[in-house]
Amino acid sequence: MSEEKSERHVLAVLVDNEAGVLARVVGLFSGRGYNIESLTVAEVDHAEHTSRITVATSGTPMVIAQIKAQLERLVPVHKVVDLTVQAPSVEREMALVKVAGTGEKRVEALRLSDAFRARVIDTTHTSFIFEVTGTPEKIDAFVGLMRGLGLVDVTRTGVVSIARGPEAM
Amino acid sequence: MAAREMTGAEIVVKALIDQGVEVIFGYPGGAVLPIYDALFKQNDIEHILVRHEQGAVHAAEGYARSTGKPGVVLVTSGPGATNAVTGLTDALMDSIPLVCLTGQVATHLIGTDAFQECDTVGITRPCTKHNWLVNSADELARVMHESFHVATHGRPGPVVIDIPKNVQFQTAEYRTPAQVSHKTYRPQVKGDMSAINRAVDLIAAAKKPVFYTGGGVINSGPMASQLLRQFVKLTGYPITSTLMGLGAYPAADPQWLGMLGMHGTYEANNAMHDSDLIICVGARFDDRVTGRLDAFAPHSKKIHIDIDASSINKNVHVDVPIIGDCAHVLEDMIRVWKSKVSQPDKSALSTWWKQIETWRGRKSLAYVKSDTSIKPQYAVERLYELTKDRKTFITTEVGQHQMWAAQHYHFEEPNRWMTSGGLGTMGYGLPAAIGTQVAHRDALVIDIAGEASILMNMQEMSTAVQFMLPVKIFILNNEYMGMVRQWQELLHGGRYSHSYSEALPDFVKLAEAYGGHGIRATHPDELDAKIMEMIETPGPVIFDCVVEKMENCFPMIPSGAAHNEMILGDDPEGATVTEAGKMLV
Ligand SMILES: Cc1ncc(C[n+]2csc(CCOP(=O)(O)OP(=O)(O)O)c2C)c(N)n1
Ligand SMILES: [Mg+2]
Repeated sequence: MSEEKSERHVLAVLVDNEAGVLARVVGLFSGRGYNIESLTVAEVDHAEHTSRITVATSGTPMVIAQIKAQLERLVPVHKVVDLTVQAPSVEREMALVKVAGTGEKRVEALRLSDAFRARVIDTTHTSFIFEVTGTPEKIDAFVGLMRGLGLVDVTRTGVVSIARGPEAM
Repeated sequence: MAAREMTGAEIVVKALIDQGVEVIFGYPGGAVLPIYDALFKQNDIEHILVRHEQGAVHAAEGYARSTGKPGVVLVTSGPGATNAVTGLTDALMDSIPLVCLTGQVATHLIGTDAFQECDTVGITRPCTKHNWLVNSADELARVMHESFHVATHGRPGPVVIDIPKNVQFQTAEYRTPAQVSHKTYRPQVKGDMSAINRAVDLIAAAKKPVFYTGGGVINSGPMASQLLRQFVKLTGYPITSTLMGLGAYPAADPQWLGMLGMHGTYEANNAMHDSDLIICVGARFDDRVTGRLDAFAPHSKKIHIDIDASSINKNVHVDVPIIGDCAHVLEDMIRVWKSKVSQPDKSALSTWWKQIETWRGRKSLAYVKSDTSIKPQYAVERLYELTKDRKTFITTEVGQHQMWAAQHYHFEEPNRWMTSGGLGTMGYGLPAAIGTQVAHRDALVIDIAGEASILMNMQEMSTAVQFMLPVKIFILNNEYMGMVRQWQELLHGGRYSHSYSEALPDFVKLAEAYGGHGIRATHPDELDAKIMEMIETPGPVIFDCVVEKMENCFPMIPSGAAHNEMILGDDPEGATVTEAGKMLV
């Protein structure tokens, strides 16, 4: 059992948007020793007061099944979908990346940002802020490249994910 | 016509009445005074004033477990709420339905470190099934009714409603239970029929089957116990149960193997280990039951009926999971069994029973009798013999005495046995007995206690006296935290670090000080007469049963060992504790 390999899964969790619901989800992960690689949450239906939480986690298949069952057990949770299993799905993350510098490095940063389809959303004579969207791997790669070119600050949203095709969650 | 506006406090009381609540266990304080005022003005609900909020929660647990109805608790903010935390955790672990109302400082003071403010919903989030902070009286009726729904549906559990003091004074419209339904919480009670079909086929084909049942059968209600009995009889298969499930199947029946697990019988544990099919009904493969996981029932297929999907495949992989309520699933199973005209494999079954009889012949609960000192097992045996023909309820504290009670007191009915299984809370037994007695005024309610545990909630004796609740506290007094001492003997070279109580109170005088009756027995010859005296005393009794100090509780599966590696009482060298086992609790 414990020899089984750890896998990364992205779960979509539809919850009532009520006080404390995020604390319940996060508390469940910390209390039971599960991993959180990334977590995003926002209201998705104002009239219905529902929020969608996207959690990227990792564990053996047995642990992943436990996480799903434990989440489903929370009273304000409507639905849990394992997007990694119920694939195909698409995953996106956004990052804001601040790079400071002048001369060659500044030009190179701008050139690379173009290759990554990053947008410049703020600029001074000595800095840029790029907005970049993509899979977590793409953002890792972009941030990695900027490191040598004067990276000073980065903030990431965490992944959001949605199943392909016409069906709802 | 608009409904009459009520204050928040009145809404609370009205909702309790409409939910059919007859009694609540509580302790007042500043943040719940309006609710206490509303209670003062009515006669439908009885309030039992405890002496410590932990006692209120355990009392509500005893009430719930012995009636099948939710227990209700009312405590104040801050220390009132934090004192309730152990009881809530206990109820969560043992799936006991409770509604706990806590007072809170006024909404505009929340977050200011006001007097007796604490983050009650934060503190109780991990130890409740769900909790609510009520921000306005408009929400109160809905939350009250929803809370009963959540506590009692699906896998039962404790819920907390935190009610700020200003909300108790605000006015709002009341809504009846019929006007409120929970938006989303609808646990599945019917099992999947294809899984039930597969299970029945496996059950019919098994050669070495065993039923492994648990507290879920009791929680499901008396019907589940009836159906369990019916199905076990139909199959002729052996049955064992966890500590929490005792009484669901009658102990007097020949198919009953006794309790399984760490202090279970030789026949129950060996039957589990050698089985080719385990039919788990409302139990959760807990570590006290499975022993070393990789050696647990290695050759068996497993069917698991549980209302909580998260219990499935948590510790042990099962072949046929069935999510649903025990009673519903058992009913369907019996129907399918009959419609398929299923027949157990007679010859395999008779071989299996022969094997079980040889294990039974080992008489694993036997102990060395004494003419001079009272053996704790003997005390429980005599207590059983002298009380079994009455309507008797047994609660326990935690320790050796608890295990001896489970082994030597035999239960024929569900809801007669109240013990702290999952959390193992010393101090549970007396308040639980009080709650049980409140629900069954004419019954004989006995807390089988240890002298260390009883001191943890001894103050509740005062509650028993005030409300004329004639609970009997039967202390197996070995002067040691016996279970701790036993582990120190087995695991730590007999170094009895802080497990001896140097200065115990005189329990007879203590009983008298509380206004109860005290009895002491020190010799086996006087035991029966003194037990009779206890039974015949109309009020609360503390019985100081002075027992053999160094007795150990056997059989025992040491931590980290397998079911077939038990230590038996007459062969204490039979198994040893591994280094890995020492790491476990
Ligand atoms: C609140 C709490 N604290 C500590 C423990 C650990 N513990 C388990 S059994 C035990 C000793 C109980 O002694 P006693 O009540 O005299 O029972 P005995 O084992 O002697 O029958 C202790 C300290 C516990 N279960 N609960
Ligand atoms: Mg003791």
